[in-house]
Amino acid sequence: MRIFDPHIHMTSRTTDDYERMAAAGVRAVVEPAFWLGQPRTSVDSFVDYFDSLIGWEPFRAGQFGVRHHATVALNPKEANDPRCRPVLDLLPRYLEKDGVVAVGEIGYDSMTPEEDEVFAAQLALALAHDLPALVHTPHRDKARGVERTLAVVAESGIAPGRVVLDHLNEVTVELVRDTGCWLGFSIYPETKMSPPRMVELLKRYGTERMLVNSAADWGRSDPLLTRATGEAMLLAGFDADDVDRVLWRNPVEFYGRSGRLDLRDVDAPESTFAGNSILRGGS
Amino acid sequence: MTPDDLRTALRDVPDPDWLATALRRIAAEPAAIARFFPAAGRRCGRADLPDLPGWTADEATRALLLTSLPAEHVAGQAEALYRAGDAAERSAVLKALPLLPVGAAGVPLLHDAIRTNDTRLVAAALGPYARHLDPAAWRQAVLKCVFTGVPLAVVADLDARADGTLAAMLAALAAERTAAGRTMPADAAALLDRLTAGTGQPHHREA
Repeated sequence: MRIFDPHIHMTSRTTDDYERMAAAGVRAVVEPAFWLGQPRTSVDSFVDYFDSLIGWEPFRAGQFGVRHHATVALNPKEANDPRCRPVLDLLPRYLEKDGVVAVGEIGYDSMTPEEDEVFAAQLALALAHDLPALVHTPHRDKARGVERTLAVVAESGIAPGRVVLDHLNEVTVELVRDTGCWLGFSIYPETKMSPPRMVELLKRYGTERMLVNSAADWGRSDPLLTRATGEAMLLAGFDADDVDRVLWRNPVEFYGRSGRLDLRDVDAPESTFAGNSILRGGS
Repeated sequence: MTPDDLRTALRDVPDPDWLATALRRIAAEPAAIARFFPAAGRRCGRADLPDLPGWTADEATRALLLTSLPAEHVAGQAEALYRAGDAAERSAVLKALPLLPVGAAGVPLLHDAIRTNDTRLVAAALGPYARHLDPAAWRQAVLKCVFTGVPLAVVADLDARADGTLAAMLAALAAERTAAGRTMPADAAALLDRLTAGTGQPHHREA
């Protein structure tokens, strides 16, 4: 099983996690810029954070044969702090980097006027830099948040096929399914989605434009739940090609729209002999 | 090595027009390098260059872009590009330093790179430009290579510069490794042997 986790905050994870992920079949990750639990108070903190996403973190991932890309943005929560707003002026520099494959996470947290402005400004940046957009949907008042998000996306002029709405669930999936946007689902130990619930959504809505991620971060989360979801799919009657589509080819197609995804040496189809992967634990 | 060597090695890049335009624009408008520098890998590739062992196409492209700057802008732009760069851009600036008219102005960049734990940057900092590092900083950097598994082949002028103090530092590391039941990398053990050969003792302890 080759796995591309399209949303995971590796900065918050240990090197042991990389080792376990590689052993489980994770060969590529995208790390979206987000908040760090502790609110930041200056632009310089973001500079160091973004530098880490295009410097140290890809190096750390590479030690285990995992390819690391990032998305960069001012996140919705910190968009509300005027001390962080000048981060918008930093973004053009980062949005030209090889390892940056989308603008994100953008979108809404509390749906304030400040979040409106910063969200629209960053969709414009995605267009200007010819990048896809990773849109976080709010955890509170989610359905209304998703509707408002879709309106802002439509108004921006970005092609729906270059946008993923993330952290969707049973309640919000139908709002997005027919918009042409990609659908992201975060599999968590308790909240958001679980592997069995995800399998039910895949049965009902199919595998097209569906992205499954662990969204693992500094909270209670698990970077191996992508693999667990793939296994749950197989048990439910999906075949290996369906799993490969959801866990590998879909994220490759979505982030590939940046023109910057570099999967040299990690994208070979899995070789198996009598059901045993010879790549397990390898690249 | 000269800019012409870089140019020759890059003759088969996928997008030669992009490279020619970039070089022309940067010569006329130095600040334009900030736009071209990050895109070098996407436009000119990232493969090893057969004509230029140890260099990849993106590194050589970035070095060539730096050499096309008017001389009075080189030191400032090199530092700015390093500070704003991702790991590949930083590494390319470090490798380009010996080709640039910057005197010792790039030394703070070497110190920055050697402080990191990114072995690509540590290695890139120890090329020919490392002659500007003072002996203490240079020895620490060599020892860091041994410690982090960077092959000593990346260190320019290794045997010419290695001294008794470095030998003592290597011997101390070897003693720690032996005590822990671990081994030294073969290239470091060989260097220590060369440094202590003929001294009549296991290792030399004088500076």
